Amino acid sequence: MTESDATESIAIKRASSLSMIVTLGGVAMLSGLLVVLTWQLTLAPIQENQRIMIEKAIFQVVSDATQRRTYILTDEGIEDVSSMQKNQKQQKLKKAGIKFYAAYDEQGQLKGIAAEAAAQGYADMVRLLYGYDPQCQCIRGFSVIKMTETPGLGDKILTDEIFLASFDALDARLSADKKTLKNAIVTVKHGSKKNPWEIDAISGATITSKAVGKAINQGAAQLLPKLSPFLQQLQQLEPSINAPEHAEAKK
Amino acid sequence: MPIKEDHTITADTFLSGIWKENPVFVMLLGMCPVLAVTNSVINALAMGLATTFVLLCSSALISMLRNFIPKEVRIATYIVIIATFVTITDYVIQAISLELYNALGAFIQLIVVNCMILGRAEAYASKNRFLKTMTNSLGMGIGFTIALLSLGSVRELLGNGSLLGYSLFGDAFQPWVVMVLPPGGFIVLGAWLLLFNWLKERKENLSLANERGTS
Amino acid sequence: MSPDSVSFIFLNAFLINNFVLAMFLGLCPFLGVSGKINTAWSMGLATTLVMLISSLSALFINELLVYFQIEFLRLICYIAVIASAVQLVEMSMKKFSPGLFKALGIFLPLITTNCAILGLALFQTSKEYDLAQSLAYSTGAGAGFILAIVLMAGLREKLELADLPNTSKGAAISLMLAGILSLIFMGFAGLGS
Repeated sequence: MTESDATESIAIKRASSLSMIVTLGGVAMLSGLLVVLTWQLTLAPIQENQRIMIEKAIFQVVSDATQRRTYILTDEGIEDVSSMQKNQKQQKLKKAGIKFYAAYDEQGQLKGIAAEAAAQGYADMVRLLYGYDPQCQCIRGFSVIKMTETPGLGDKILTDEIFLASFDALDARLSADKKTLKNAIVTVKHGSKKNPWEIDAISGATITSKAVGKAINQGAAQLLPKLSPFLQQLQQLEPSINAPEHAEAKK
Repeated sequence: MPIKEDHTITADTFLSGIWKENPVFVMLLGMCPVLAVTNSVINALAMGLATTFVLLCSSALISMLRNFIPKEVRIATYIVIIATFVTITDYVIQAISLELYNALGAFIQLIVVNCMILGRAEAYASKNRFLKTMTNSLGMGIGFTIALLSLGSVRELLGNGSLLGYSLFGDAFQPWVVMVLPPGGFIVLGAWLLLFNWLKERKENLSLANERGTS
Repeated sequence: MSPDSVSFIFLNAFLINNFVLAMFLGLCPFLGVSGKINTAWSMGLATTLVMLISSLSALFINELLVYFQIEFLRLICYIAVIASAVQLVEMSMKKFSPGLFKALGIFLPLITTNCAILGLALFQTSKEYDLAQSLAYSTGAGAGFILAIVLMAGLREKLELADLPNTSKGAAISLMLAGILSLIFMGFAGLGS
């Protein structure tokens, strides 16, 4: 191999390294551009979809409600985060706060509290939203946010009438010291429900029924004792700066 | 001497993806989404369309850039391009319907590792012109969607008594629940493959018999 | 067992929601490489190694992405990391265990397109596991993958000697077998609760 051949092959190698870097860099920039563009364009519709989804669930578990506010409950108290951006909310949540929704009717009266709960079901986690009525101190219903239970068996929790009847007024009273639930909410065998804090399991779908019971029990036991001092504060919807028409309705 | 590229587009360019080189039934590529999201027809259709979209866009871009991508970095480049279009598809589906997005789960993002797309990029898009690549990719995408639909319809029909969400058999029908569960996916695909093998064998036997008959 | 505990996460990925037989991830190598038990073992171990590396890298990268609020680049970053991890494993295998490298051949670079690895990274991110939980998850997933692929290889080796109808030879019978295996693994549901 002559000297000129050697330099030529080195030059080719350098040229091809350069072309490799240029290609990768160019493709990376193009991808970045396309992805950022798509993200910007779809951000608003996605947030709107998420808002619609969560409001549908809230208004399903709290009857007669038409408005909602989002709060985070921390050791210091409750904080209205309805107008905060998503990442600020996440940071607050990470400080061991619990997110809940307060649902109000047209007149701004508190109709109920909704909160998320989750427990391991048959296949994966069952995530749901449950509705709490402070007037009767009971849980009045739940809405499944996400589940991958067995179709035809586990998903009967959405339709089985006896199971759902357990939620007409599921007892969630607090104990005398207001630190826990007076009676832990528990799922019992199909047909053996005797107390208002029990849930009648669906025969053939015990694991999923138990998951619902576990989730609501854990969620309520965590949220309700801490929330009870603030319930009075939440009774009437404060006319927010963004919604002057609610002040009109109050008159 | 470089090999002369064949630029002619024939009906075969389009049809090969649907029957002869069907990505699922013949080449056994992209199996993961095939079994995972075919528990209902809607999910199967959405997944098929999403994959076809990614296949079309990525093979289009790769075909256009094929003379500029150095051989050494081609796989890395293909993967980045495919990942870009999958991310775009992911966000677009979220914007269209959150319910559909939750039903398909992580499998939308898993389109990026669907061997079919990378395989097509490597074997076809990098060597052929834009129009020919697009025709072939469209055929492949349609073949993939047909495969997904054939599985989805059987599984939803037997496992839920419905098609596209519309109950077909009424309340008395006892659904064969295992069909919409993981084992059902394996078994239904196995059954389809059995059917195709049997048809192929019959065709071969018939043509053999014909040859013997005429000779 | 609490669903957040390390032992439950391992058990979940290993048996209850086995990555191959319940979550449909990693099917290409499962159907392609399960011809012989030895190859299956090597493939399983290589895949588990890549899973561990990818899982740790994904955890780290996700922190960065969240910090800079560029989560939309997640997929591209993850797949880039996985491809690099596979390349790394390939190179070290070539140096330290050339016999294994030759045995696996073309299947080694194909680990990049193994849905199980990307799936692992994505699920781990969506469940927001911390370091210990992620390690448990990836070890469990790897172990589950090895279990499934070795079981399948054992069965297929026996099938070689069985008297099968011609129509079912190949992928058809493998899929039927996989279906039965998957059915069996469904029996693990509810374990640990």
